[in-house]
Amino acid sequence: MALSREQHFDMYYYLLLGRALEERLETLYKQGKIPGAIYQGRGQEACYVGSAYALEPGDVIAPTHRDMIAMLPRGMDIKLIVAQHLAKVTGPTKGRGEDNYLGDLSRGIFTTVSMLPDFYPVAAGAALAFKIQGESRVALAYCGEGATSRGDWHEALNFAAVKTLPVVFFVINNQFAFSTPAEKGMKIGNVANRASAYGMPGITVDGNDPIEVFEAVKRSVDLAREGQGPSLIEAKTLRMKGHAGHDRFTYAPSGLIEQWEEKDPINRFEILLRDEWQLNDEEKQQIEIEIQMKIDGAVAFAEASPLPDPNEVTKDVYH
Amino acid sequence: MSITEQEAAKGLTFQNEESTYLQAISQGLGEAMREDETVIQIGEDIGEFGGAFKVTKGLIDEFGEERVIDTPLSESGFIGAAVGAALMGLRPVVEVQYADFLSCGWDQIVNVAAKIHYRTGDPVPMVIRAPSGAGLRAGPFHSQSPEGWFAHVPGLKVVAPATPFDAKGLLRSAIEDPNPVIFFEHKYLYRRLKERLPREKYKIDIGRASVRRDGTDVSVITYGAMLYKALEAAKQLNTNGISVEVVDIRTINPLDKAAIIASVKKTGKVVIVTEDHYSFGVSAELAATINEGAFEYLDGPIERIAPPDTPIPYSPPLEDAYLPQVEEITTGITKLVAY
Repeated sequence: MALSREQHFDMYYYLLLGRALEERLETLYKQGKIPGAIYQGRGQEACYVGSAYALEPGDVIAPTHRDMIAMLPRGMDIKLIVAQHLAKVTGPTKGRGEDNYLGDLSRGIFTTVSMLPDFYPVAAGAALAFKIQGESRVALAYCGEGATSRGDWHEALNFAAVKTLPVVFFVINNQFAFSTPAEKGMKIGNVANRASAYGMPGITVDGNDPIEVFEAVKRSVDLAREGQGPSLIEAKTLRMKGHAGHDRFTYAPSGLIEQWEEKDPINRFEILLRDEWQLNDEEKQQIEIEIQMKIDGAVAFAEASPLPDPNEVTKDVYH
Repeated sequence: MSITEQEAAKGLTFQNEESTYLQAISQGLGEAMREDETVIQIGEDIGEFGGAFKVTKGLIDEFGEERVIDTPLSESGFIGAAVGAALMGLRPVVEVQYADFLSCGWDQIVNVAAKIHYRTGDPVPMVIRAPSGAGLRAGPFHSQSPEGWFAHVPGLKVVAPATPFDAKGLLRSAIEDPNPVIFFEHKYLYRRLKERLPREKYKIDIGRASVRRDGTDVSVITYGAMLYKALEAAKQLNTNGISVEVVDIRTINPLDKAAIIASVKKTGKVVIVTEDHYSFGVSAELAATINEGAFEYLDGPIERIAPPDTPIPYSPPLEDAYLPQVEEITTGITKLVAY
């Protein structure tokens, strides 16, 4: 399916919003306003926007704690994201969960845990429910290449394949699992090769190209929706930041970051928009102003929000 | 008055045939599926084969493979899948072949299922059925009673019925509960107990203990298969003029603290009998609960009778030595009564 000009601009907006929001969160972190950690997906924005944009409103996503940007095209309210980082009671978990461990089931966004990829089986289970109930819905699960070494990853792919479930497994191969380079985590070059072990299609795409990501995910989503079962998509990119806010990424080989700066997904997409969709400076500035206002509003909301009442500590353990 | 009699007093009528503990669970599963089309079964060999113990036998014929879902060998995978299905509005009932294998799905239970509601407020209505318990010469990996592991996890409910009536009634409550419930069914009891079950739908509330025998001299707090050893000990001691009250807690978490405290206040002496092994487990929690709630009513030290802190051995003399026996319970009670 060819994307319209409006859709291109939509994706551009989410790419810019994601990056700007992460930058603001980093500032808040450095100001000491975030009591916990930050996990950034800088450099991976094309993976998030391209994939999430290929879904329909009834679909569900299972992001990890690095994948906040994937929530944005789903309509996640950024006020809630900032409030959660600031540990405020107005965040989606009322201060119980940290940074990007948030979601909104009404928008089809699961709330992740730290053990990755624990939501791979969960996403398969959501797809199982869709199939049982005869619903034309699809689940999309995210993780990095590091998590593909864990048993849950393999159990989820195998289960989904055996049951022909409408789920897309999306692996962001960002070259590092915390500090461990991909080649020390697996003997093969492409995560996508693992798909053949489960009898499902596997494809590797350029994770810095939102359109290529979108088209691959859309094809897999369509297959899933048509009842043809799961697929594995590997998007190759580089995590441009350390694992978390405290990690200065000192172990990145010299020149690697610079090499990937040149492939920056947002710059590349902007060139495409200028060349083919007549993006001009004025439009870009308008989008940026809109985004800054939105983020300013979210930060103001979060800063003005109260912290949770300590008496709430024992509430909500059970329904 | 037994719980069966209590419920009968509420106007239930009873089936002509007696049902085993295993049949009670099978009936509960079938009736829940008939009543609520969102109830599904997930597990290994549960379809045509009917499950490792045949608890799900026949369900696939009635409900089809869409709702009775055989899985590959992947406890973590299918327990995680149950969480996802529960979040999407189904009520999955998972069967693990043995409670020992819950450890293969540990992370999905304790870090995923148990920690969703506290953070998001979303219900996770799922049940994990786990055949537990020793006495069947099944060795270290098919005999464990790991209810203490899960009772320690906030966000999970843990039940361990001891009678066919309770097994069915607690299962119905577990399936309707909006939280993850670990349902320990004692496999030693599967085919050793029979009773007539109500024709009508009934439920046993999670978190409610039952006084199985009234007494005045000492309370025995127990659950699961140990209930029958406790009742036998009580019967034997009755001929010696010792009046033993036996409380079956039925639910491990949330614990019916009020019922336990009430019994201890009445008798002043308490023996705890569990199949969970001795240290850091259910018996310790029960002792702490009694200390906090009835210390001033105690006329003697809290006695604990539980297996030693070892893996569960296979050979009959070893397994018999491992499990609490009636004589050990009568000795413990007699010693405490004389205190």
